[in-house]
Amino acid sequence: MTRSLALVLAAIALTVLVGFAAFNVGLARTSDTNAAPEIAEITLPDVTGVETAVLTHAPNVPPVITRDYATRVVVNMETTEVEKELADGVSYTFWTFGGDVPGPFIRVREGDLVEFHLSNAASSTVPHNIDLHAVTGTGGGAEISMVVPGHATSFEFRAIKPGLYVYHCATAPVGLHVANGMYGLIFVQPKEGMPAVDKEFYVMQSEFYTSGKMGEKGLQPFDLDKAVDEEPEYVVFNGRVGALTGENAISASVGQTVRLFVGNAGPNLTSSFHVIGEMFDHVYGEGGTRVNQVNVQTTSIPSGGSAIVDFKVDVPGRFTLVDHALFRAFNKGAVGILEVTGDEHPEILREGTSAGPVTASR
Amino acid sequence: MTRSALLIGIVAFVMSSPIALLQPAVEAPRPVALAAAEDVAVPAAEMVRLDEGTYTPLYKTATGDSVVSVAAFDLAVRPVTNAEFLAFVRANPTWRRSAAAALMVEDGYLGHWAGDVDLGEAPPASPVVNVSWFAARAYAAWAGARLPTTDEWEYAASASATQADGRADPAFVRTILARYSRPTPNPLPAAGQGEANVWGVRDLHGLVWEWTSDVMSALVTADSRQSADANSRRFCAAGAVGASDFHDYAAFLRYGFRGGLEARFAVPNLGFRLARDAS
Repeated sequence: MTRSLALVLAAIALTVLVGFAAFNVGLARTSDTNAAPEIAEITLPDVTGVETAVLTHAPNVPPVITRDYATRVVVNMETTEVEKELADGVSYTFWTFGGDVPGPFIRVREGDLVEFHLSNAASSTVPHNIDLHAVTGTGGGAEISMVVPGHATSFEFRAIKPGLYVYHCATAPVGLHVANGMYGLIFVQPKEGMPAVDKEFYVMQSEFYTSGKMGEKGLQPFDLDKAVDEEPEYVVFNGRVGALTGENAISASVGQTVRLFVGNAGPNLTSSFHVIGEMFDHVYGEGGTRVNQVNVQTTSIPSGGSAIVDFKVDVPGRFTLVDHALFRAFNKGAVGILEVTGDEHPEILREGTSAGPVTASR
Repeated sequence: MTRSALLIGIVAFVMSSPIALLQPAVEAPRPVALAAAEDVAVPAAEMVRLDEGTYTPLYKTATGDSVVSVAAFDLAVRPVTNAEFLAFVRANPTWRRSAAAALMVEDGYLGHWAGDVDLGEAPPASPVVNVSWFAARAYAAWAGARLPTTDEWEYAASASATQADGRADPAFVRTILARYSRPTPNPLPAAGQGEANVWGVRDLHGLVWEWTSDVMSALVTADSRQSADANSRRFCAAGAVGASDFHDYAAFLRYGFRGGLEARFAVPNLGFRLARDAS
């Protein structure tokens, strides 16, 4: 009797315990869905070794970082002021990081110690600096990186927060420096890495405020009134009309996965970023490190913000990158092309059999 | 800024000391004896009189004034040239490239010249650049003049070809901004070729930037967006507000440029011109 009583008591106790535990789990789940995800405590890993950052010009992205430890990453960048084409026959005096618009793509790993060397070319007319949104601290580095023509400076920061960040010049007047082309992207790769893809590209949208109307030939000065009114003549990907079309189109093969690191420099407009004929399988919204939506048609990218989008290309064709605020795309330049080659997949998309003139019914 | 303030402090101390104290420190490391001073005439500077008046600075002054009165003064019609600065260093060997104290000029001082007293490819009639604030001040003293204050410089620079204050004219402001937005040509064009403003002063915009006597107290910090904040810090909340004219981007560029300077800097597009009190 004693033994069976003990068994019963044990069974009751177990049930209560399990039930309580289940209740607890349930509670935890409930709170999980409502509360903000926990932010990991910042721990600064030991820094081992030193390497020089591979910098790439758009649309190229530096290779995936495969190391599993933090290192000192040396970034060397020069600011220059150069006259280049904004569209065929239209030139503009761009203020640049590294001679191109957008500036180079920087890729580091979460926890890396970045040693940033910024120089300003002797031919520059004005001072420059850099505010990286990946920097924690006053001015994002701008305050300590001011550099007059013919000079150089350096500073160090820890890339403590993973994500895709805009960088830009923040010297007075900051709007002018950004309007003239001084921006780019830095990707702080999460320490656990990202899902592998076949192709990665760098796309950055921005506006230009020229005195002449869109398409007016010759050297075009900056127009302050249009900038203040937020009425650009040009809205472009990668610094000029046609930077991603014709022979500059980006490409992939059917069956490949594509990742676009997309930034929006503004300085004013929010982008309605869309690829015609594709859905984004994954969107890392606002350049953060979590997939916050799947199967997305158009993602909103604020000025001074970014997004990472992944998608698999299932059929061949020409896929057009646009700002789906459509007059920007078709009248101001915000168009790019992704060329996908490979076998047709009629089970996904094909022409019907009833093509032809409509015949009037009797 | 702390660093430059310290530097100025040190230099002010050194300069106030008897020259004998300074000599050994400067001469000791030199492999060759300092060249002898040459007997060179001070180049004449053509100046024009600017009447007294007022102007609105981009930021309120330390005392909270938004409008500044400027007394009548004389200003050189163009910046000092390479040829003129060459005369200065011939007459003042301590300011030659190889001899000038590192405390007062950084590497790159007169770096566009071929040698101590050799202009090389630098056009004689172009504005001298790559000169530190200390060197510019020394030249001015030698020439019996001084550098203009920032207020005087801005007052002169706000004049268009037809008006003492041209800033209400959008075309004038646009033209200045367009000039600033071009890269610096190498070599620089000759000084004195620009259009004269209503006072008869040339080249204030778009040829080179210019040192002013009080440039080290310019108000814009290295990060342009902190300006209002910095004012309040620096002037103990003495009526700190933002800029007086958010459309004057040319002025923002000038104030921004000054904010990036240290007194010993040598910058490839930074020169100076002379001023004098109205006698």
